[in-house]
Amino acid sequence: MSAIDTEQARTDKLKLRSTLTALGMLPVLVLLAVGFHLLSGRFLSVNNLSIVMQQASINTVLAAGMTFVILTGGIDLSVGSILAASAMIAVIVSLVPDFGMLGVPAAIAAGLACGFLNGAIIAWLKLPPFIVTLGSLTAIRGVARLLGNDTTVFNADLPFDFIGNGTLFGIPWLAVIAMATILVSWFVLKRTVLGTWIYAVGGNSEAARLTGIKVPLVLLFVYSMSGLLSGLGGAMSAARLYAANGLQLGQAYELDAIAAVILGGTSFVGGVGSIWGTLIGALIIAVLSNGLILVGVSDIWQYIIKGLVIIVAVGLDRYRLKGLGRT
Amino acid sequence: MTGTANQQHPLLEMRDISKTFGASKALSNVSLTVHPGEVHSLMGENGAGKSTLMKILSGAYTADPGGSVLIDGAPVVLGDPLRAKAYGIAVIYQELSLAPNLTVAQNMFLGNEPSRFGIADRAEMARRAEPILKQLGIGFDSARRVAELSLGERQMVEIARALTTSARIIVMDEPTTSLTSRETDKLFDVIARLKADGIAIIYISHRMEEVYQLSDRVSVLRDGAYVGTLERAELSASKLVSMMVGRDLSSFYKKEHRQVTGERAAVLSARNVGDGVKVHACSFDVRSGEVLGVAGLVGSGRTELARLVYGADRKTSGEISLNGKPLAITSPRDALDAGIAYLTEDRKTLGLFLDMSISDNINIGVIAGDAKTGGVLDFAKARERAADAVKSLSIRTAGTQVNVGALSGGNQQKALLARLLETKPKVIILDEPTRGVDVGAKSEIYRIIDELAQNGVAIVVISSDLPEILGIADRVLVMREGCIAGEILGSAEAPIAQEAIMALATGTAGHAA
Repeated sequence: MSAIDTEQARTDKLKLRSTLTALGMLPVLVLLAVGFHLLSGRFLSVNNLSIVMQQASINTVLAAGMTFVILTGGIDLSVGSILAASAMIAVIVSLVPDFGMLGVPAAIAAGLACGFLNGAIIAWLKLPPFIVTLGSLTAIRGVARLLGNDTTVFNADLPFDFIGNGTLFGIPWLAVIAMATILVSWFVLKRTVLGTWIYAVGGNSEAARLTGIKVPLVLLFVYSMSGLLSGLGGAMSAARLYAANGLQLGQAYELDAIAAVILGGTSFVGGVGSIWGTLIGALIIAVLSNGLILVGVSDIWQYIIKGLVIIVAVGLDRYRLKGLGRT
Repeated sequence: MTGTANQQHPLLEMRDISKTFGASKALSNVSLTVHPGEVHSLMGENGAGKSTLMKILSGAYTADPGGSVLIDGAPVVLGDPLRAKAYGIAVIYQELSLAPNLTVAQNMFLGNEPSRFGIADRAEMARRAEPILKQLGIGFDSARRVAELSLGERQMVEIARALTTSARIIVMDEPTTSLTSRETDKLFDVIARLKADGIAIIYISHRMEEVYQLSDRVSVLRDGAYVGTLERAELSASKLVSMMVGRDLSSFYKKEHRQVTGERAAVLSARNVGDGVKVHACSFDVRSGEVLGVAGLVGSGRTELARLVYGADRKTSGEISLNGKPLAITSPRDALDAGIAYLTEDRKTLGLFLDMSISDNINIGVIAGDAKTGGVLDFAKARERAADAVKSLSIRTAGTQVNVGALSGGNQQKALLARLLETKPKVIILDEPTRGVDVGAKSEIYRIIDELAQNGVAIVVISSDLPEILGIADRVLVMREGCIAGEILGSAEAPIAQEAIMALATGTAGHAA
């Protein structure tokens, strides 16, 4: 009897743990939103929330790709550079008469190609992801500058500008795309064989290999996915700005994407995490940026506060989970 | 016999040493006496307690209260490695612990550098290192980098390091496993010099010839208990082997004696399989419904052979065929597709996904086959498989969605076994299937193995537990140094003797007869 009782208690504890992990940073997000509203008086307005959603959207898309990568225990530092190169391609293709709409698929394809290259080197040459994507961060940044001869490319008449500035039933298209990305990612991760393999590779890659999972193909997929979503991010960014600049666009975006994933409770060593956590993480970062501007904090202090909030939030999270105990 | 002639005080006396880990007793009331200038060998099967005893001597473990350790007749408290070192106890481990990027002299004085005003004094180091190297009869310069040295030479550096702290008792744990025969001769030469200087050597080895050649006395441990000590004059292989195994077979294994050998055709045939390093030209067959045991000492290449057959590592030679058809296996995927499954000896690091549910762990190998179009998971099917497996293998859990990490060792092992069984293998290789598993789960695992055999699966069981192998196997292969040393067939009338296996495993078949 008592053995069954303790097993039951253990299951309850596990359920509680997984619920808390899934909810993760939601309380922090709510607290920040309420706090900023009290301080500024206008944070929780429809208008402002729409702005926050737009600001969060591109990072959400990048962070979704990053979630795939980090779940396998890897990292992708090149997302910002891929975004810049793809945005350049999106604008350049949009200038082609009659075929301007092809800018979006061109950007996505360019991103996919970059990600595939990262994945191929990591999966087959077995080089460390940190080193490979650090290299491509630099190299692809160079490509992005090369594409526009190191100038800014414009298209005031962008055929797909609705993506960046239009709305669908009152919701910004950017936010719609971000939400769709999250839903698709959730489906892949939780409802498909591939998703289970991704968790398995991150949890124990040698065991995955011995189970017959083709680990290199899984790695190739996650880096390709991250590249593809960076390409999508590039198209979104071009659509919003009607322009792209190979030097400045997407600088340090990888850091915000990684921060969103980690804030979302995904383990840095892989195998544990959820896409919903990533969404909340991305929203926290956007709320912080927006809220700090609203309450009039200077640019310099915004950096300091954002950095500290990330560390404290993740620290609290770990502490809270430790209290529940791992078996 | 120089040591025993010294009647004053033994150099080292360990009396009534016990050690418990949780519920299991690793050592119970073991005593050991070592004299100066003596080579005292310690023998026993894998898991007999030799390493535990030596870890207590070196201060890595603390013994249970009740025992005592005396050095020069005076009781001492060892407790931690530094104190043991101060008493002159040094251990040369199997995995060498040198810094390859530093020089011989730097390694010898690592953590103990002669220094002037906090700056390491290289000249002084070299000056002190030379006589020690000379004492050992070592020909190389103390300024050479360890990275340039061979494994045998590195071992000499380890011994030299022990001498810098004036060690009086040197423990050598399987020192020759990675040495060439010339290096081994060199090591024996050094041991003779150490002996002449009155240093006592505790020598742990599975190799009978070495023990014969070196030892003044041999003590045998079995199942954590002291069995006895033989003087050099009384040494004989058959005596040692029977002291090492001498256990009764319990009625624990309910093997229906299957009469399968010979009549049925081989399901899996391996011919001349090798990796050029740890496994050399191994050939064997397994028949349908047969349990083939693979015995051998740790390091004899059993796991490595299994991994080659399963495609986990690349083989450099040999062919594998299934039902007479040759297979090209280059990855575990290929092996699984052909119907060969492998249960790893290390379920936590090589087998399970501890952060995933029992259901995911059981289904991971078959989800791709079960999936609906587009690779969408079939949850209903997965739940059904998991529930069936939990029931038929009696995995004790509150539910199939519990993380597998929360289960006990035995239930984890059954979950991993369930994963293999879902793939419906024709051949199943089980590597140490009952390691770290409680008695209840053990007998259930034996029951599962027996059922599989009755259903015609060809089964290979690798085990270090001799009674287990004898209890469940129809036929036993014995491996030694990467080769198959022999095959022993058992029958209901003439069961396989443990002594025969040990003799093959240690390479004393000639003496023991």
